[in-house]
Amino acid sequence: MTSCAWLPLRSALAKPAVTGHKNRWEEKRQRRAYLTIKGKAYIAGIYEHPTRHAPDKSTAQLHAEVAKGALEDAGLTKADVDGYFCAGDAPGGAWPMVDYLGLKVRHIDSTETGGCSYIIHLGHAAEAIAAGKCSIALITLAGKPRTSTMPPRGAGAEQDFEAAYGATTHNAYGMCAMRHMHDYGTTSEQLAWIKVAASHHAQYNPHAMLRDVVTVEDVLNSPMISDPLHRMDCCVVSDGGGALIVTTPEIAKSLKKPLVRMIGHGEAVKGPRGGKDLDLTYSAGVWSGPRAFEEAGVMPKDIKYASIYDSFTITVLMQLEDIGFCRKGEGGKFVADGNLISGVGKLPFNTDGGGLCSNHPVNRGGMTKIIEAVRQLRGEAHPKVQVKNCDLAVAHGTGGLLGVRHAASTAILERV
Amino acid sequence: MTETKKYPAPQGNPETAPFWEAAKQGKFLIKRCTACGEPHYFPRSICPFCFSDKTVWEEASGEGTIYTFSLMRKSASGPYAIGYVTLKEGPSLQTNFVDCDLGALKIGQKVKVVFKPTDGAPLPFFTPV
Repeated sequence: MTSCAWLPLRSALAKPAVTGHKNRWEEKRQRRAYLTIKGKAYIAGIYEHPTRHAPDKSTAQLHAEVAKGALEDAGLTKADVDGYFCAGDAPGGAWPMVDYLGLKVRHIDSTETGGCSYIIHLGHAAEAIAAGKCSIALITLAGKPRTSTMPPRGAGAEQDFEAAYGATTHNAYGMCAMRHMHDYGTTSEQLAWIKVAASHHAQYNPHAMLRDVVTVEDVLNSPMISDPLHRMDCCVVSDGGGALIVTTPEIAKSLKKPLVRMIGHGEAVKGPRGGKDLDLTYSAGVWSGPRAFEEAGVMPKDIKYASIYDSFTITVLMQLEDIGFCRKGEGGKFVADGNLISGVGKLPFNTDGGGLCSNHPVNRGGMTKIIEAVRQLRGEAHPKVQVKNCDLAVAHGTGGLLGVRHAASTAILERV
Repeated sequence: MTETKKYPAPQGNPETAPFWEAAKQGKFLIKRCTACGEPHYFPRSICPFCFSDKTVWEEASGEGTIYTFSLMRKSASGPYAIGYVTLKEGPSLQTNFVDCDLGALKIGQKVKVVFKPTDGAPLPFFTPV
């Protein structure tokens, strides 16, 4: 098993409120006993809805359309599905959706962790498949924030102590960026390079909302939204959705698509934890990333393509540090000068244009991160951004607010 | 400058009622665990660090420093500054900075608690010292 010497923030891993000594030891024992999902689940179908604006469709209808698309991509039918996974965007949750779609399933999961829900679902689907609880899992995401009201998030125990202060995505990520700049000297120019890279990729995506290539100056000259984030540091808002079909190795091999399997997965949650030792410069990715890489037995340097959730430019910078592509505080240098541009830099990222330029269905970016990673591994990305010999990719995302409380999930995917 | 923004009244519950009762008297409470000695915020009956139920209310100084902030340039109720304050007693908490020049806020700046009225118990905010 790979050593953890490269971990970006060992002190964070030692924090007992997240994982105690006993279960850290047990996690290692389970790994040694080969209790793992490594290689036990394949992504056999993917579908991204081409729409970015859907005033003439219902949210449930969009879920059905992406489900149909993913099944057709896999070469399977609805009757084959025996597991269903959805999150807070699915009208009514899992059982109304199972009924609406006309599924007959023996396993459901409606884990809701905002934008990374679908990366977590991918791990849970692999667990269910490995345990024999289902053999063909459907995961759907869809919604229309541009043309209908979004379902409100349930109130947590913190409600009375936080709701009045108006935390939004913009200012919650702004608070992270402000402190990251303070602690590590990260600059707005460095953050801007992330948007620049995304725009270079989006120019080749006919479905992308923003296809113009932009410069660092364009980003810095865009209006300040919530300090220190400019408008171009922010992702788009789009209608749409996507779906995945996850299945057993045997079924995947009986289908016609190139084989893509998951070899490592991790998930974690982080919040202010009673206000002790608050540090908004790192995310739960410091736990989900190393777990996924350890299970996969690979290192960040082995990764050929990275899908990194890009709700804001700072989201990408922090995640790259947290899951181990560079040391904490060095993300600014890592992303600068086109290092994330396919064919130019060392780590091609979000080659569909990502949330910053292509789409951000239902304000949730996890699904499209998996889909573009699978396209890269299949060799189905746009030729201008396709990574050569792309056999190992990561899809990583967060959900909730990095500056408040959030979940993170990391999936390591391999072309077989 | 003093803000006249309308804030929502806390709903309250049996676990946090003493906090809001004290707020009505202008007192800012935190919780401390007498088993592990750690203070925390927002208040819980069971310590989030050692899981002991031996937590007690403690009046905090209301003084702290700005850990981070972000100035939201536009909103339905105008610009506002959200941020975190690290209290002198240790815990950090989410708040808004009020009654000040929002453009002059700095990380590390000293602030103190100030209560703003609602239709129920008042809410704690922070303002530069």
